[in-house]
Amino acid sequence: MQDNFEWSIENKSSSLSAKLKEVWMHRDLLWLLVKKDFITFYKQTLLGPLWYFIQPLFTMFIFMFIFGKIGGFKTDGIPRSIFYMSGIILWNYFADCVTKTSTVFKDNSDLFGKVYFPRIILPISIVISNLVKFSIQFIFLIIITSYYIIFQKEQVGANYFIILFPLLIILMAILGLSIGLIISAMTTKYRDLSFLITFGVQILMFTTTVAYPLSSVDKSIQWIVELNPMTAVIETFRYGFLGKATFQWSNLIYSFSFSVIMLSIGVFVFNKVERNFIDTI
Amino acid sequence: MTHQVLKVENLSKRYQLGELGTGNLSWDLERWVAKLRGKQDPFLKIEDAHGFATKYRNDIIWSLNEVNFDIYQGDIVGIIGKNGAGKSTLLKILSKVTSPTNGKISGMGRVASLLEVGTGFHPELTGRENIFLNGAILGMRNKEIKMKFDEIVDFSGIEKYIDTPVKRYSSGMYVRLAFAVAAHLDCEILIIDEVLSVGDIEFQKKCLGKLGTVNKEQGKTILFVSHNMNSIRILCNKGLILEKGQLTYFGDVQNAIQKYTSSIFLQNSSKSYQSFLSNECSYLRIQNIVINNQQSGIICLAGGNNSLDFILEGSLLIEKNMSFEFILYDKDLVPLLFYSPGHYEGRVKKYPSGVFSIFENIELPNNINRGEYTASFYLTEPDVKYHIKYDFAVTINIDGYPTKTGQVFDYNNGKGFLFLP
Repeated sequence: MQDNFEWSIENKSSSLSAKLKEVWMHRDLLWLLVKKDFITFYKQTLLGPLWYFIQPLFTMFIFMFIFGKIGGFKTDGIPRSIFYMSGIILWNYFADCVTKTSTVFKDNSDLFGKVYFPRIILPISIVISNLVKFSIQFIFLIIITSYYIIFQKEQVGANYFIILFPLLIILMAILGLSIGLIISAMTTKYRDLSFLITFGVQILMFTTTVAYPLSSVDKSIQWIVELNPMTAVIETFRYGFLGKATFQWSNLIYSFSFSVIMLSIGVFVFNKVERNFIDTI
Repeated sequence: MTHQVLKVENLSKRYQLGELGTGNLSWDLERWVAKLRGKQDPFLKIEDAHGFATKYRNDIIWSLNEVNFDIYQGDIVGIIGKNGAGKSTLLKILSKVTSPTNGKISGMGRVASLLEVGTGFHPELTGRENIFLNGAILGMRNKEIKMKFDEIVDFSGIEKYIDTPVKRYSSGMYVRLAFAVAAHLDCEILIIDEVLSVGDIEFQKKCLGKLGTVNKEQGKTILFVSHNMNSIRILCNKGLILEKGQLTYFGDVQNAIQKYTSSIFLQNSSKSYQSFLSNECSYLRIQNIVINNQQSGIICLAGGNNSLDFILEGSLLIEKNMSFEFILYDKDLVPLLFYSPGHYEGRVKKYPSGVFSIFENIELPNNINRGEYTASFYLTEPDVKYHIKYDFAVTINIDGYPTKTGQVFDYNNGKGFLFLP
């Protein structure tokens, strides 16, 4: 009789498989949260989804002016606009995932304090909602690129390596998610850490190949740029999609291992923090 | 056949008062540097000046202490206790929002908790979208919500506005919709925290009725927290009293209410205010409470002069807007009278950090009939938050209005609260 209970609550974390099962049970919630993010975004803003184009476009023009005109950086022979645009939309996806995931406890403390659902659902929903924005921007990139190929007769174009594209997206999502998870766990203890995030993300951007190609980096410091796991992602993407960049399997494998390790750490600390964070926030 | 659906064993929850860190990296660093240089901790000063940091630092509070009880299928349990007695903590642990320090809860069936109406409602979404989102947050699958959608809309009574964003709803409509979703949750154990204190009386009755039918027809077990002894009496068959984190009674609901209300009056008679000055609040301490020049828990009002003078002295760590609130209850804890200058006159004063004292004079009507009453008083920022709550902290004995014939009427004798001239 005593052993007939179906569940129990104790002072310990449930196993990973139990957690995964729980997430699967809540898959409808995940989908609804993604839908909510999308609906509220275009309802709340004046120009709605147009922002998805305006923001990277402006950044692109600024990069073209500063790095192209003033700095005179090379772009691997890719037209400047497509070169920057490809870097910007990839980086934006990663950066958005990090910044939004890192404030997940703070932004949802009201909700978390009242109802239980697997907390990890919210970060996952953030990563997926951002994917919607990324896809729209990606289509925009395709349009610009097609313009250059058709009207400007530029020698750019996709090759077989484009099949790595889904892997790259997963890599970025995992990277953004896990770094965000780790920071979110730390911000429950140190709130002022959140001010550093935007700053840190910006610095990270300049240590990867958003505004310059890997090939233009001096050989002696190339390893610093390669250390940034996003470098392999961006370079592989440019290689597969535009045909010109530095592609190395070793770099890609490095990024992959890096993100898997980060993900394990991220899930571990998030799991540890989520049970009791409501008492401290 | 009723079977056990919930077993709570040695459940304890510990809170640490007085933070270990400052919650701020740069402050922690600054503190560390100060320590290295052999200087005083820069973040202790303000607190020490008022003398309570040393007292409260690293204090451990057992919000729940070794609580044991069993609940059987179909029970409706009313959880009774003052603020800070551990009711919310118990519900939070049961609904998995936070985890216990020690002990174990075992259970059967799905648990749905409704700790606040409309949790997760998004103002920009329409009523329809919110039903789905809220249902999913509360643990329902999409197809379950679809099946119950019409029933939910019907219960809420807002069919007309179902495709309007909820930001345009009145607060009443909002609550209706939220409760409707929660009441249709597919679960075996339903946990409800004082949600019925909102909404109009008609709807409150409807909610209580709904909970009753849900319990009878579907055999759902309900755990219900309320300060309103009347709702508890109507709805529940069992009562559970928590006092300072400990379970003091679990059994028949009538006995529980009786025991609880009399304990309040008993406690007030035996204590002076000093015993509850330490009410927990991180930025505010009360050092002295004086009512009508007394410091005891019982105030007698006689001779048709029902005037109350409150003096509250204490200190603030940070600047706060504060206003005084006062509620008078009868012996059954039915609220009779509400005093809140913060609402009535918009009289909210900004207090700087440091020592403060608040004087408040309340002129109760002189024609209140004789009886034993109790009162709660609060320091609050109206409509924002309560800084400090003293629930049923004082017993007020009113001698009644002496009429020309010499007769005095009694509240408990059915002559009502006020004797009109």
